[in-house]
Amino acid sequence: MLSVVKIFSPDFSIIDKSMKKNLGILGLFLVVFIATAFANPDFVNAYNLENLIRRASLYGIIGIGVSLVIITSGIDLSIGSMIGLVGTMLPYLLVVHGASLFTGLLAVVALSVCIGLIHGLLITRLKLQPFVVTLCGLLIYRGCARWMTGDSVQGFKGNYDSLRYLAIGKIPLGKLPGIGEFNLPVPFLLMIGLAIVAAIFLNKTIYGRYLLALGRNEQAARYSGINTDRMVVLAYVLCSLVAGFGGILFALDSNSIQPDNFGSFYELYAIAAAVLGGCSLRGGQGSIFGVVIGAAILPLLRNSINLLGMPTTLEFAIIGVVILAGVIVDEVVKRLAAKRRAALAAKLAAGD
Amino acid sequence: MTESPQHPLLEVRDVTKGFPGVIALSHVNLTLGHSEVLALIGENGAGKSTLMKILAGVQEPDSGQLLIGGKPVRIDSVQAAFDHGVALIHQELNLSDNLDVGANIFLGREPRKNGLIDKAKIRDDSRRLLARVGLNVSPDTIVERLPIGQQQLVEIARALSVNARVLIMDEPTSSLSAHEAETLFKVVKDLRSKGVSVIYISHRLGEVKELADRVTVFRDGENAGDLNRDEISHDRMVRLMVGRDVSQFYVRKPHSPGDVALEVKDLVTPANPGHKLNFAIRSGEIVGVAGLVGAGRTEMLQVLFGVDPAVSGNIKVGGKTVRINTPIDAIDAGLALVPEDRKLQGLVLEMAVRTNVGLAGLKRHQKKFGFLNAPQEGADTTEMISKLRIKTPNEQQIVQYLSGGNQQKVVLGKWLSLKPKVLLLDEPTRGIDVGAKQEIYSLMEELAEQGMAILFVSSEMEEILGMSDQTLVMHEGRISGTLTRDELSEEAVMQLATGNDAKEAVA
Repeated sequence: MLSVVKIFSPDFSIIDKSMKKNLGILGLFLVVFIATAFANPDFVNAYNLENLIRRASLYGIIGIGVSLVIITSGIDLSIGSMIGLVGTMLPYLLVVHGASLFTGLLAVVALSVCIGLIHGLLITRLKLQPFVVTLCGLLIYRGCARWMTGDSVQGFKGNYDSLRYLAIGKIPLGKLPGIGEFNLPVPFLLMIGLAIVAAIFLNKTIYGRYLLALGRNEQAARYSGINTDRMVVLAYVLCSLVAGFGGILFALDSNSIQPDNFGSFYELYAIAAAVLGGCSLRGGQGSIFGVVIGAAILPLLRNSINLLGMPTTLEFAIIGVVILAGVIVDEVVKRLAAKRRAALAAKLAAGD
Repeated sequence: MTESPQHPLLEVRDVTKGFPGVIALSHVNLTLGHSEVLALIGENGAGKSTLMKILAGVQEPDSGQLLIGGKPVRIDSVQAAFDHGVALIHQELNLSDNLDVGANIFLGREPRKNGLIDKAKIRDDSRRLLARVGLNVSPDTIVERLPIGQQQLVEIARALSVNARVLIMDEPTSSLSAHEAETLFKVVKDLRSKGVSVIYISHRLGEVKELADRVTVFRDGENAGDLNRDEISHDRMVRLMVGRDVSQFYVRKPHSPGDVALEVKDLVTPANPGHKLNFAIRSGEIVGVAGLVGAGRTEMLQVLFGVDPAVSGNIKVGGKTVRINTPIDAIDAGLALVPEDRKLQGLVLEMAVRTNVGLAGLKRHQKKFGFLNAPQEGADTTEMISKLRIKTPNEQQIVQYLSGGNQQKVVLGKWLSLKPKVLLLDEPTRGIDVGAKQEIYSLMEELAEQGMAILFVSSEMEEILGMSDQTLVMHEGRISGTLTRDELSEEAVMQLATGNDAKEAVA
């Protein structure tokens, strides 16, 4: 315990640093949030906020997973289909086949790890491109989910309430000013827990440093004595494991799982969250705090579009424009910072 | 074009060019006469390449003037350079090697007939141009099937196809065999006699002596001096390049080497499986590895460091046999490699000085459960910044914005913080300025004095001559000879590097 305290106590620099890096995305989040709150008072009612937080937390979880892969300059396009496969497989095993809870969970978790392992090995050993490997995964897992269940809708049939608590459970916080009787969704706590573990992993352990270094320059990392292949495999395993965990939660949340489209496009939400949160697809860059906020922006925008009475048919277009704008602003800021650094270096060189 | 011959063909006046963190050229001047071969020499980082890029329209100067035939011109694109008759032959050839010779010569300027490429005209014109460079191949040959020397001649033919009157050649012989180089010299002399002027950049002073009508020397981005035909001598060129006597530049103190630190027996590399490598280095010894580009020197270091595992053979470090299949094995055995391409293999450019210095030591210094040892990393970085005199505003500066010399020191710092027994250096002073060079030489001396064994690959003859206690010379994948300090001379190295093993003949 003592050593844990030592690791945490003196150093809030993780939060501090990522706060600074993510001021832009945080600003965007607050602007949309506050604007919607002013435009439609319904926005801040407890029921709406609880729903929003639950969605944001679920997206946040899969966003954190994929950000680990994006940091290695890879990508995982199979997340949505994996959520579909895990989401159909769990109720299918429990309800249709009467498997025990333990067996059911073990099976889907093991499946998730195996999928990640296969992705990682194909990418590092056979040197296949991550885009191609996981694109094939996207097709394969979707097909498996539909075939396994005969394309029929799966659900938990009113049982497994204690398990469903993980996804739909709420912790009463009492009356909050301006909001009313507020209950904190359990997925929020799961997401925060995962975010803290991921942030520590990324910023405070040598493995996180390995991922960041190899994501930017695999060769230099290898020449520095880092087993880069093993770390890349680890990243894909973690991503798939987290996606599988997300799949379980999404399934428990929805309770009506269509094998042909459950989880569709979720890989893109996860990737968008990671990119909005400051992960570069070139690798070597990313902050968990940013990803969490990035993941929250997507359901927030949807919610705002609804509440502000904009045509829901425009939903995708608006989300696309906002993400694009965010990325453009980020790029401009980065260029200015680079110029400043270069100027500083020039001054230093001239001063000798 | 009409221009009076009293004006030089090309003149560079007072040109300055800066990059973030460096002044690459400071008020330099250069004059190229008609039908003249001008050699431009200088250490790496002296500004030669920058000037060449300016003349070829790849970069524009911050200030100063370019004149052609006495008239000021603006060369703001490669096309503009072509229009003024200036063509650059890059060190790394710029050919599309999947296309045929004719297509390469006319790439981007294909003659057309009825809107389609006029292949017959390409073939005819190519034959004529190939004849001018003495290359007897069909214009239909796919470029990648040609040996490197002939590919270079194709590139010269392409330059002639735009009626180049000024041909800039950047280290043209660096990848050529001795025979190919001879052919190239003939072509250069022939072009000169036909009115083409050449700016010839080379590190090989022997070539310069043979070819050049005049020599211009750059040092640290400034003019260091000019030599006329009758003034060109090895010593004078070196003195102008280095700016001081060579004997002061390379400081070696005599000290007696210790036990054998690295012993290599019958080592077979995947790049040159036909040869077995054998040598030994004592601690406190600096051993140079000389040879032409492609002789297998880098490949040997990469096998020693486990980047490419050896096919067979035995490596002993400090008397103990070690198996090295990955860089991790090599580091654990006490080896360190400063690689040839520091931007690609040595550094994560977008990361901080501190992160880079700490990168190789992460595993060794880790705390429980793999947590980073931040205090250790900080202490190592502080120590290396002061010990190696790394010029950086702070330890969080992104390495990209440091000068080449300081970047190289960061790579060195990364390894020295691990206190290796054997330091492998691959072209340790490539692309860095003279000051940083000298610092690296004195660091090598200091490390050797403290008992480190150093094996360094260098293509710079001066460096080999100045620093080595012992020199291994490689030729086409094998060690063609070993020279002690007494036997060491430029001629002896060149003999062995070109495959003349009769060591007795030169000793």
